[in-house]
Amino acid sequence: MFLLRKTFYMALGAKVLSLVHFIGGIVSLGLQAVVLIPARPLGGGRIFEQAKKVGVDSLPIVALVSFFIGVILALQTAYIMQKMSSEIYIASIVAVSLTRELGPVITALIVAGRSGAGITAELGTMAVTEQVDALVTLGSNPIKYLVVPRFLSMTFMLPILTLFANAIGIFGGYLIGVYHLSIRSSLYMNMTFGTLVYKDLFTGLVKTIVFGMIIALVACYEGLNVRGGAEGVGKATTMSVVNTFIMIIAADCFFTALFYFFVK
Amino acid sequence: MAMIELINVSKNLGGKQVLDHMGLTVEEGETKVIIGRSGVGKSVTLKHIVRLLEPDEGNVRVEGRDVLALHGRELNELHMEIGLVFQGGALFDSLTVGENVGFILREHMNMAQSEIDKRVKESLALVGLYDVELYMPADLSGGMKKRVALARAICTRPKIILYDEPTTGVDPITADAINQLIDELHDKLKVTSIVVTHDMRSAYKVADRIAMLYEGKIIAEGTPDEIRYSHNPYVHQFITGAAHGPITDGQNSVSTNAG
Ligand SMILES: Nc1ncnc2c1ncn2[C@@H]1O[C@H](COP(=O)(O)OP(=O)(O)OP(=O)(O)O)[C@@H](O)[C@H]1O
Ligand SMILES: [Mg+2]
Repeated sequence: MFLLRKTFYMALGAKVLSLVHFIGGIVSLGLQAVVLIPARPLGGGRIFEQAKKVGVDSLPIVALVSFFIGVILALQTAYIMQKMSSEIYIASIVAVSLTRELGPVITALIVAGRSGAGITAELGTMAVTEQVDALVTLGSNPIKYLVVPRFLSMTFMLPILTLFANAIGIFGGYLIGVYHLSIRSSLYMNMTFGTLVYKDLFTGLVKTIVFGMIIALVACYEGLNVRGGAEGVGKATTMSVVNTFIMIIAADCFFTALFYFFVK
Repeated sequence: MAMIELINVSKNLGGKQVLDHMGLTVEEGETKVIIGRSGVGKSVTLKHIVRLLEPDEGNVRVEGRDVLALHGRELNELHMEIGLVFQGGALFDSLTVGENVGFILREHMNMAQSEIDKRVKESLALVGLYDVELYMPADLSGGMKKRVALARAICTRPKIILYDEPTTGVDPITADAINQLIDELHDKLKVTSIVVTHDMRSAYKVADRIAMLYEGKIIAEGTPDEIRYSHNPYVHQFITGAAHGPITDGQNSVSTNAG
């Protein structure tokens, strides 16, 4: 019994240590990236290229998913609102839950699964084929050359994608409200934009910026630290997505509580 | 003057003592060939010179500078002076061949694109490649990748070139051309180089001096002729490629491993 308990605590200790190590690694990578942003050469072309990869290429899937989410939200709220004959509030509920919560989180998860995994696989392959070492010997800092463009483009593009997702989601809800539930179009619009306040949009976007940083940093960290060939790249890619998901949800919980209690 | 010095360098990697108080000196303008069995630590040795690895113990000096004390800009400058040809090529697979070869020129030197293109073309021609600038590395054969990696390392005309098995995996004619190129860089540009190789023909051809690495140390060093006629039994077994001898005795050779 004693032995069992001891191994349990040892295993727990190891887990906590590795978590601290992981968080420390992410934070330190983030700080180094920020410090290196103004370093020369600036690499505008690379930032642009990454922004295109993250932003433009994710648009179709983000649009599709957020449209469905809007439709689902409208139908689910209709179910309860119809019982209370207060269908007109559907518009407000769809708008608020999308901009405050679902838009940012769903978009972040999609981008993490799509672009985050891609970044880890790419940097991981570069690490195991010594391309990262080659960068160093050719006088370039891998953090400046590889991490900074991904960090910047992710942090800028995710909010834009989220705004776009919010709009498409609201449009999905609108279709249900107006064409299925026969709410007047002008009324639906009024109920949508009348209830939305600046704070809803603001809190949603603040979260999104942090999500973008998390996705880029975790993906780059996992990629650059790959050991052990193709198998290592596969493992790191999985870990990257899992860790990003956990950190996004944890950060979301943190910010929601923060805004709830402190941003009145 | 000693251009490259490894002094008493020890390095443990993954629980294995790869380098064990190893010493190596390369004089200015000299071509030093390092031979030794697979896994003996030849690539690890080269990586210490450009500080991709740091020794657990000991010191590394390049042109009299303590490599371990260099930071930021100074370390960058060191990197620009040294061309390292990676064993696996390590070409950037998201860039074209031309972009790979001209990487430093484009990233770190204020050079007009036409000038860069010219230099890239020249460097590729030196390794016997023509009109391949627009290819992606994935579309090249193994031997071509090796030569592009070589072109990338010599593109800035570095003072020091470290070749990690430059002739492995290329056909004999190209191998000879690469040997000739190493010789020319040595004769005309007075480049200091280290060539890691298993290929004894190439070693005899390009070397001013040959050093043999075994169990973390340089166990023998001399001119090609001294090595060729060495009485050291380890050296003798290696250069004649005998399956049995002191290197394989007492350690797991392939046959005893099975039992
Ligand atoms: N990053 C690393 N982590 C752990 N062990 C390593 C690492 N790099 C090299 N090693 C080990 O160090 C030893 C020497 O490796 P090295 O690549 O220098 O061999 P080598 O002499 O170049 O062999 P080859 O001729 O096959 O290229 C090997 O046993 C290898 O397993
Ligand atoms: Mg090697």
